[in-house]
Amino acid sequence: MSQSYRLKNEGLINRNKEIIFKFNGKKYTGYEGDTLASALLANGVHLVGRSFKYHRPRGFFGAGVDEPNAKLQIQLNGHSEPNVNATEFELVEGVEASSQNCWPSVEFDIGAINNFLNRFFPAGFYYKTFMWPKSFWYKIYEPFIRKAAGLGIASVEKDKERYEHKYEYCDLLVTGSGPAGLSSAYSAAKNGAKVILAEDKPRFGGSLLTDDVTIDNLSGKDWADKIITELKEMPNVIVKNRSQVFGYYDHNMMVMFERTGDHLNDKPKYTPRQRLWYVRAKEVLLSTGSIERPIVFGNNDTPGVFLSAAAKEYIKVYGVLVGKKPLIFTNNDSAYETALEFKKQGIEPIILDTREEQSSELIDSAKNQNIQIKFCHAVISANGYKKVRSAQIGKLNKEKTGFENLQTIECDCICVSGFWTPTVHLASQSGNKLKFNDDIDAFIPDKSKQNEKSVGASNGTFTLKETLEDGFKTGFEVSKNITNNNILTSTPNSNETKKSAHDKFWCSPLPNGKNYKRFVDFQNDVAVSDIEVALREGYRSIEHVKRYTTLGMATDQGRTSNLNGLQLVANVEKKIVPQVGHTTFRPPFTPITIGTIVGREIDMEYMPTRKTPMHTWHEKNNAVFVDAGAWKRPRYYKQGNESLFEASKREAKNVRDHVGICDVTTLGKIDIKGPDSAEFLNRVYTNAWLKLPIGKARYGVMLREDGIVMDDGTTTRISENHYHMTTTTAQAANVLSHLEYYLQIVWPELNVNVISTTEQWAGAALAGPKSRDVLAKLFPNLDVTNESLPFMGYMEGDLFGVKARIFRISFSGELAYEINVESDCGLYMWEKIIEIGKEFNIQPYGTEALSTLRIEMGHVAGPELDGRTIPYDVSLEGLLSKKKDFIGKRSLQKEAFNKNDRQKIVGLVPTDKKSSIPEGSHLVVDKNAKLPNPKLGHVSSSCWSVENNNPFSLAIVKDGKNMIGKKLFAVSPLKNTAIEVEIISSHYVDHEGKRVRS
Amino acid sequence: MLNINCPYCGDRSQKEFAYGGDGTVKRPELNKEVSDEKWNEFVYLRKSPRGKHIELWHHIAGCRQWFKVQRDTVTHEIFKTAKMNEEIK
Ligand SMILES: [Zn+2]
Repeated sequence: MSQSYRLKNEGLINRNKEIIFKFNGKKYTGYEGDTLASALLANGVHLVGRSFKYHRPRGFFGAGVDEPNAKLQIQLNGHSEPNVNATEFELVEGVEASSQNCWPSVEFDIGAINNFLNRFFPAGFYYKTFMWPKSFWYKIYEPFIRKAAGLGIASVEKDKERYEHKYEYCDLLVTGSGPAGLSSAYSAAKNGAKVILAEDKPRFGGSLLTDDVTIDNLSGKDWADKIITELKEMPNVIVKNRSQVFGYYDHNMMVMFERTGDHLNDKPKYTPRQRLWYVRAKEVLLSTGSIERPIVFGNNDTPGVFLSAAAKEYIKVYGVLVGKKPLIFTNNDSAYETALEFKKQGIEPIILDTREEQSSELIDSAKNQNIQIKFCHAVISANGYKKVRSAQIGKLNKEKTGFENLQTIECDCICVSGFWTPTVHLASQSGNKLKFNDDIDAFIPDKSKQNEKSVGASNGTFTLKETLEDGFKTGFEVSKNITNNNILTSTPNSNETKKSAHDKFWCSPLPNGKNYKRFVDFQNDVAVSDIEVALREGYRSIEHVKRYTTLGMATDQGRTSNLNGLQLVANVEKKIVPQVGHTTFRPPFTPITIGTIVGREIDMEYMPTRKTPMHTWHEKNNAVFVDAGAWKRPRYYKQGNESLFEASKREAKNVRDHVGICDVTTLGKIDIKGPDSAEFLNRVYTNAWLKLPIGKARYGVMLREDGIVMDDGTTTRISENHYHMTTTTAQAANVLSHLEYYLQIVWPELNVNVISTTEQWAGAALAGPKSRDVLAKLFPNLDVTNESLPFMGYMEGDLFGVKARIFRISFSGELAYEINVESDCGLYMWEKIIEIGKEFNIQPYGTEALSTLRIEMGHVAGPELDGRTIPYDVSLEGLLSKKKDFIGKRSLQKEAFNKNDRQKIVGLVPTDKKSSIPEGSHLVVDKNAKLPNPKLGHVSSSCWSVENNNPFSLAIVKDGKNMIGKKLFAVSPLKNTAIEVEIISSHYVDHEGKRVRS
Repeated sequence: MLNINCPYCGDRSQKEFAYGGDGTVKRPELNKEVSDEKWNEFVYLRKSPRGKHIELWHHIAGCRQWFKVQRDTVTHEIFKTAKMNEEIK
């Protein structure tokens, strides 16, 4: 297999390791160290995709993050990934790449007809074309856009790869390992600073790998290698390649994307594919370099058109020629270096320079080597459809607004250079307002908003000498402020060719009668004419022009198009670029995978799972679990083929008839201690707490300051200054924060401490007429009679060697107890209760039966305490003390809260005694009334009453107190039901509360 | 992600904290008459200043202390953090 564009000796690839890969179904070979792009170019493959809008053939344009075209679909190790940048993807054995956005193939693409219909695809064509009629959207427009636009295809398979997150702290983060990054990292590290040096590419050195320079009498590359070797040996330095710092967030939080495993064919076990680093850096040095910008000309998107620096990089790093008949088109000196590299390989380039004939070190050396140079010349258009075959060129007139004589010259590639644009994305992200530098026609960082500094080309410094001086100095100064060390590293001597000034020429004019497409933004297919249309239609703000034309909005963030776009707007508007301003750069600088963002937080690691100490028992006994926050709670214990409905009915009935046991460990528990505890509870709860005796529990309700019920629960006085508070499972964390807020901020004078003990205690509720019999056997030495342990009483006891707390409280309306033991003993307690309860027909019950029991007795819970109800609404107004003040009391005076027909909780039974009422149903007078049907209230909780053997619901309804006995309809448009209901008391079981006191 | 200096624990990532709103609001005293207007102001009305703002943060995944933070609402710069019994001027 050929690789006919591969040079014999040049490049940093490993020629001993050949790699076989596939592109669009065809086999090719490359070498280890290649990118997908360099390997394809070595094989003479240029056509890699079709453009987004017009489906024009596209080839490689850059050699790294600057690439706008070569986004491929990658198949590797059984999974598929879209939009992979071929110029960054390192070649690995077995990879299969394919073009996106073309059907049926990249060679023959039906969508390319768009190219010939392009007058129908002007700027803003999505906005204009697909506006109406609305009904066309789903069936015609959207499928069309999706099919035609068709970027890559996201995999629907589960991603089996491993991704990780890592947190790191350092004194100095240096982003980029070119001369600026190496020198500043080195001098800071030598001065004792903790340094992280991040390089996006696999190889360190940046421009030193391709530029013909010497530092310290070494070649650029050798010097870079030497510095990196030294840095790697220093304990205070982390050196990372394949690591892109893509986001600059608040307080110097830098986020970095490391490709840990993508380049490895055999990843060691547990090596992640990619890793996301969160780096909090005291200082950040931005040494991100610069990106060459193109000159715009006709059909400049034809495959075979390259940035000139990219062409040089393909030669120097990969040993690959992007063409054998190169035309170099430039407005500055740096493209001469590319020409000289071609010449070195025995290739004869032709240089078109837009400038007047002049002399400089580089120009002279090109002349000396007999390279043909045409000054005052420009490329008018590239010829060729799928590959450059020739170029139409012309001599520029004096004003450079037109051409004097046109000619066609043969070439197989055009290497274009329109000077350099500092990579200021991270600086801009940090909040640095950029300023325009006239000398380089580009934006550079201005005043820092955070602790950041730009060094070298990213700061508009384009000579090696100045860059090194600035790097060594900045690294030293920044580190000195952090470490207080004073070890100064001197700047090494360096050698480079001097360059003369560039020409501001950025776009070739169209010759008379020609209407070539001249692309500004390749990835989003935005041409000069599109931007002109937008301006003609009245768009002025650059942010609007950007959104209307989609200029710079693709994944390459307009790296090669932003400035030319601004130039164009400035020209048409007769402004200068700084007046036009620039659009905002946002993270990520380069696309990153969703997998990396997610990291290990998938499946069961998505959030912690909280299990009670009795969890294993529940599992063994066929519990079906339900999520309650992070907790797993048994919803019911399935016997045989029972349904949820049958099981919960059986479990609830068993409580009413005999005795049941429920795991209530998940209830929030807060320990309250201190001499002012009673006073504090008295302010937090709505009822009176000052006179609660030791050994007694009390039910309490707490409000928010706006008068809305926040939570309810019981609090028990364990000893003189010690209370045990319970909260609902859902509100446990909020209640604790609420208590801390009042203790620390509002009433710091109260001597009270609170702490969560939810996980310290395992809890079992024992409910039903036989519960006392079970309790007596559990604690044979205790007197648990009604006299000794009455309703709302508390005792401590010994449960077969384990210290236990016994609360006589009820959530079911039955005689009931709650037993707490230390969590470690929870399972022991549970098994003892089950064993002893056997003779009394004990059965475990889950949350479904628990709900049934509490709904039947009219005990409010989450669905009623929904953040919209005041105590009156849920019939808790009896707990509002008139004698004392408490949190939220003042709000209860609000007029709306005291209206005569204020909503109130009621009970509902269907008049047919059969139809169960969906929760969330609306209560209306007339089920057939015209919409919107006036709503009187809603159904909050529904159950099957095991006591009365028919459906029963709780509802909150307007003027509830006067509605008892009336009939309404409960309508649920979702379930398509309209059930006639009778309004009754919310207490459907044991109205007088005899059982709980029996 | 902000970096917040808890007066009890030191520099910690924002992840560990919960935001608690305007730190200058004073709850009316218990058992005192409060006009509707004053109460309404306390419960519902908050300023949303552009620039310096003294606010409350709660170190929920740390020491569980509430404390004051003076932060610029535009730049997120944090000028000062203080315990509840300390003043920020
Ligand atoms: Zn703290």
